[in-house]
Amino acid sequence: METPLTGRIRADGEVVTLAEYRRAGGYEGLRRALGMTPAEVQAEVKASKLRGRGGAGFPTGIKWSFVPMGPDAPRPKYVVCNADEMEPGTFKDRLLMEGDPHQLVEGMIIAAHAIEASVGYVFLRWAYRTAERRLRRAIAEAYEAGLLGRDILGRGVDFDLHVHVSAGRYICGEETALLNALEGKRANPRAKPPYPQVSGLFGKPTVVNNVETFVNLPHILARGAQWFDGLSTLSADGGTKLYGVSGRARRPGLWELPIGSTAREILYERAGGMRDGYRLRGFLPGGASTDFLTEAHLDMPLDFDTPMKHGSRLGTGTMILLDDRTCPVGMNANLQRFFAQESCGWCTPCREGLPWVSRLLDAMERGDGRPGDLEKLAHHAHFLGPGHTFCALAPGAAEPLQSGLRLFREDFERHIAERRCPYGGSA
Amino acid sequence: MATIVVDGRPYEADPARNLLDVCLSHKLDLPYFCWHPAMGSVGACRQCAVKQFKDENDTRGRLVMACMTPAADGARFSIADPEAKAFRASVIEWLMLNHPHDCPVCDEGSECHLQDMTVMTGHNERRFRFPKRSYVNQDLGPFVNHEMNRCIQCYRCVRFYRDYAGGADLDVFGVHDGLYFGRAGDGTLESEYAGNLVEVCPTGVFTDKTLKRHYARKWDLQTAPSICVHCSLGCNVIPGERAGELRRIRNRYNREINGHFLCDRGRYGYEFVNDERRVRRALAPHGPDRSADPLDPNEAIARVAPLLAGRVVGIGSPRASLEANFALQTLVGPDRFFQGISTRDKRLVDTALALLREGPSRAPTLHEVERADAVLVLGEDAPNTAPRLALALRQTAGVVPRQAVAGIPRWHDNAVRELIQDAKTPIYLATPVATRIDDLARRGQHAPPEEIARLGFAVAHALNADAPPVGGLAPEVAALAEEIAGVLRAAERPVVVTGTSCGSEAVLRAAAQVAWACGAGLCCVLPECNSMGLALLGGGSLDDAARALSDGDTLIVLENDLYERTTAADALLARAGHVVVVDHLAHATGARAHTLLPAGTFAESDGTLVNNEGRAQRFFQVFAPSGHSIRESWRWLRDVMNAAGRAEAAGWHALDDVIAALAAARPDLAGVRDAAPSAAWRFAGNKVARLPHRATGRTALHADRSVHEPRAVPDPDAPFNFSMEGAGVELPLPAALVPRFWSPGWNSEQALHRFQEEVEGPLRGGTPGVRLVAPGAGPIPWWRDPPGPFRRREGEWRVVPLHHVFGSDPLSMLSPGVAQRAPAPYVALAPADALGAAVVVTGEGFAATLPVRVLPELTPGTAGLPVGLVGPLPAVVEVKPA
Repeated sequence: METPLTGRIRADGEVVTLAEYRRAGGYEGLRRALGMTPAEVQAEVKASKLRGRGGAGFPTGIKWSFVPMGPDAPRPKYVVCNADEMEPGTFKDRLLMEGDPHQLVEGMIIAAHAIEASVGYVFLRWAYRTAERRLRRAIAEAYEAGLLGRDILGRGVDFDLHVHVSAGRYICGEETALLNALEGKRANPRAKPPYPQVSGLFGKPTVVNNVETFVNLPHILARGAQWFDGLSTLSADGGTKLYGVSGRARRPGLWELPIGSTAREILYERAGGMRDGYRLRGFLPGGASTDFLTEAHLDMPLDFDTPMKHGSRLGTGTMILLDDRTCPVGMNANLQRFFAQESCGWCTPCREGLPWVSRLLDAMERGDGRPGDLEKLAHHAHFLGPGHTFCALAPGAAEPLQSGLRLFREDFERHIAERRCPYGGSA
Repeated sequence: MATIVVDGRPYEADPARNLLDVCLSHKLDLPYFCWHPAMGSVGACRQCAVKQFKDENDTRGRLVMACMTPAADGARFSIADPEAKAFRASVIEWLMLNHPHDCPVCDEGSECHLQDMTVMTGHNERRFRFPKRSYVNQDLGPFVNHEMNRCIQCYRCVRFYRDYAGGADLDVFGVHDGLYFGRAGDGTLESEYAGNLVEVCPTGVFTDKTLKRHYARKWDLQTAPSICVHCSLGCNVIPGERAGELRRIRNRYNREINGHFLCDRGRYGYEFVNDERRVRRALAPHGPDRSADPLDPNEAIARVAPLLAGRVVGIGSPRASLEANFALQTLVGPDRFFQGISTRDKRLVDTALALLREGPSRAPTLHEVERADAVLVLGEDAPNTAPRLALALRQTAGVVPRQAVAGIPRWHDNAVRELIQDAKTPIYLATPVATRIDDLARRGQHAPPEEIARLGFAVAHALNADAPPVGGLAPEVAALAEEIAGVLRAAERPVVVTGTSCGSEAVLRAAAQVAWACGAGLCCVLPECNSMGLALLGGGSLDDAARALSDGDTLIVLENDLYERTTAADALLARAGHVVVVDHLAHATGARAHTLLPAGTFAESDGTLVNNEGRAQRFFQVFAPSGHSIRESWRWLRDVMNAAGRAEAAGWHALDDVIAALAAARPDLAGVRDAAPSAAWRFAGNKVARLPHRATGRTALHADRSVHEPRAVPDPDAPFNFSMEGAGVELPLPAALVPRFWSPGWNSEQALHRFQEEVEGPLRGGTPGVRLVAPGAGPIPWWRDPPGPFRRREGEWRVVPLHHVFGSDPLSMLSPGVAQRAPAPYVALAPADALGAAVVVTGEGFAATLPVRVLPELTPGTAGLPVGLVGPLPAVVEVKPA
């Protein structure tokens, strides 16, 4: 099984240097891309069926195609890497950046060439200190090697790449809030349209992609769209995916697998199954802002489309387990506290609704749940849904809430009826 | 025009507008908070949710925010949809989680948009059982009260203060449900537009601090349409009175002038009306201490009337109404009527009027200034002399970049701002010192008035070879002139802004020359609220008055303190045999009066003011002052004329008679008649009620004296009653007669859309006011004589008048808050001229030791002196170390 994204990452935790990266074929994708026109690079990526790995799964090539091209297009154009990985339970981008930063640098240069961007930013989560150090070093190495700056590889392409360390808010992972933050403004999302491809950073055409999306590009360009599409035979989607497991598994961790691998394979073959004495009750397949799935869904391919048909999302592909000794109400209380705290405060339902949800769940955990509370929670699960709020934060928060209410309703009811947490928890 | 369907009914819609705008324009009830008609949509509050359906077969639809949804042709919506209604109620419920239930003690209550919207959505049951958050409030200075606990986080305040008005010291702090809208710390809000927060805030976070000192609910305030008296722009205002005290000023929308916003001088300058320095009784001061016994009005009239048998000289005032000045002019005759301003000021205003009348350029309204695509400001420090104009120019800055935005609707405010970034309409500023709108300028010049004029004349020459060239220009100034000319030439709607405040006729002429050379609008700021009216009426200056006055003559001074105008006031007053002062305030001139007649302020009288564009606008009496002594200036003068047996005023029973006499005497001013409907106007036989129909305590207020309801004071001058009886504002009133904005369900000033033809459109019935000044049709009267360069003279400093929004207008300085904001007297000098921390400044009739403000942009050899703070300014001074 091929692991193009993680294959070079060293077991000893040290970083892959420029020399090592190049020895393993690094920057060959870039060399090939620079020999192509931007339109050809875009076509190659479109043909690969690469979809955005940040959670929404939007086809990368199509995303790029909305960028105005040609001599009359507004300039400068920007490429921005969303490395503000703050989704609870998600730690895949960290591994990629800490282990093999040149792969990201190369991916970003390719993307820049594809949309004729001249400036790039890696918008990095503040806590990723090691990644920051290693990325800065990799960028310096790339400049020294003529891979960044003026006239890259003598092909007449210019691209400058900067690292911007975020001040640390979950909302910065929302691409337009990220752009506002990068401009030095409050990290509030923007209304779309206009989309960043048209009016992004400083009002200029901008593509924002996730770290994992970028690191696929060198391989697609080096080995071709068909090869990439063929990496997975389990799904209509192409390539590999980083899957993670956290919770009471025997070996929580992160694995690069063909996209469309099942939760059963990930949990039982990679993570070693549940720890002794724990039974699986459910799992959030792709981070905190995805709907709960249950044992019944273990054999479903975890690609972009299948979980949607079952009321959830692939998200970041990093699952969080709910076991039978953990209170589902308490887990939700924990998640909602996070989302309430991370609301940017721009729109009313999110700013005011999430703290109310959080307080209701905390009250239940304290034994202060009251009749009518479930109706209030259900009200929020509905009215915090997509289209009602300004961005996707509150709808994301509503996913574990509404699926939790549906799948573990008895637990919620017992909290209220018994005026205590049956699991002995307290918020 | 597009057609959209709302709840099954077709409505005409402008597809360039958003759905909320269209619904409100059609007078449909749809609640909202973050949207503001002047500031566009941002989609934050989610209050205006409606259902949108794909087509007639779509029964499910989806919730959309009306403010963020284009009114596209054929689009189908529902306001009444149950889910949309439930969602809107839910938004109110969320906003109410932390909002205190303090309406009974909240200053906003009775005109609270949040109250109105809460009732509109039907949310009324509290389901939230947790404690509310609370905040520490800030002291924001004398004008605006802060009560953050009431905040519903609509972001309107920061959007107005920062994005619209260019302020920097109000911001939003914190995140999630812990947002804080305020300053970084306690302290006075710096913007001269901060008072608009009171109206922009949909609830009681920002309220009028001066109102708080003598609070009354909106439903208890007696109001009438009025005009601001604190600068020459003529912003339309709504003064509110209760129990004989003027309580506050609110904005009265006039699309062509002030739109939705006022400056703080206009909003907070009203307190002179309640001041203890008011003259409330007729007085005949006598003896060395000028002690005075009150006179009965008839005694006072009887005392003055015989004087009319002798020679009488009259001094009018640019802060008195056209009617009051005309009455005085009638009393003394045109030859003995003088304008009550210095020769220099009169020459400036006359020049401005002549340029607007004789040249081809029209004076633009502020609304037109806001839409200009190139601007040259010559000499005028608009933020200090005409603040609402400066706010308009701040909007002008966005015009050209917004024109270039394609594919994004104009109302999508944040998206448009993101696209245009720092791009601005080309605006060039040439002023003596830095102004608070210098940040708008592409380029500019800080220079003495002659140099500003020379730049202007050079621009005019570059635009049109018929305009004469300017010799000896520095190369960089010549290049700047070429650049400005190029921009103005390319513009479709250029505007030149100038004014009298830097004291230079040459600057006025240069500005007009530029406007004529490129077909631009000529916006000319004048010194006072009726400077234009007085100039139209005619009459000499104070120096002319001094020449005309023979020893022993009677001198009648109308609403004027000569000591503010001239250093020769003492000499002038000493020569008069009898000085009659008709004014509402006790001042140095009044202290020299033999007879002092108590006049009504703008709030206690009716009349016409002519603003800087030449627009005659009527202000109506807001309340009848208690007692029987105070009366309109024109009435005093009429009574004196009648008592003296003079025939002219015999038929002046009411204001309309004075206006008719004015129109007969001066056909060129006959338009004044049409500035507003006459006192005979009726709706179904009724006058308009000045009091809201819910005014409380109508009978109880006077119950300590009589349990019988007092008879309303009759008003022969205006189509208004001093009472709650009569036509209410919900009826279709002529725009000039709208006394306040209110509509059933819309208690706050957001009721405005019910009075407009459409959102942001004119008021129903058209913009009030009549233009009295029209451009000339003859050949362009080019000025052939540009001034030479400024040359410093040894031992002499040219005085540059420096204006202060708070400080340079004497009436507003009687408001404690305005006085608190005013600077202490000072002299501004160039760094090279700064001889110490304080200097002795002497000039003709002028001597003062003043602290030095060093202004790097000031030219050596010039000295800036603050207007209104150090007495009348000489033309030149000498500066010596203290």
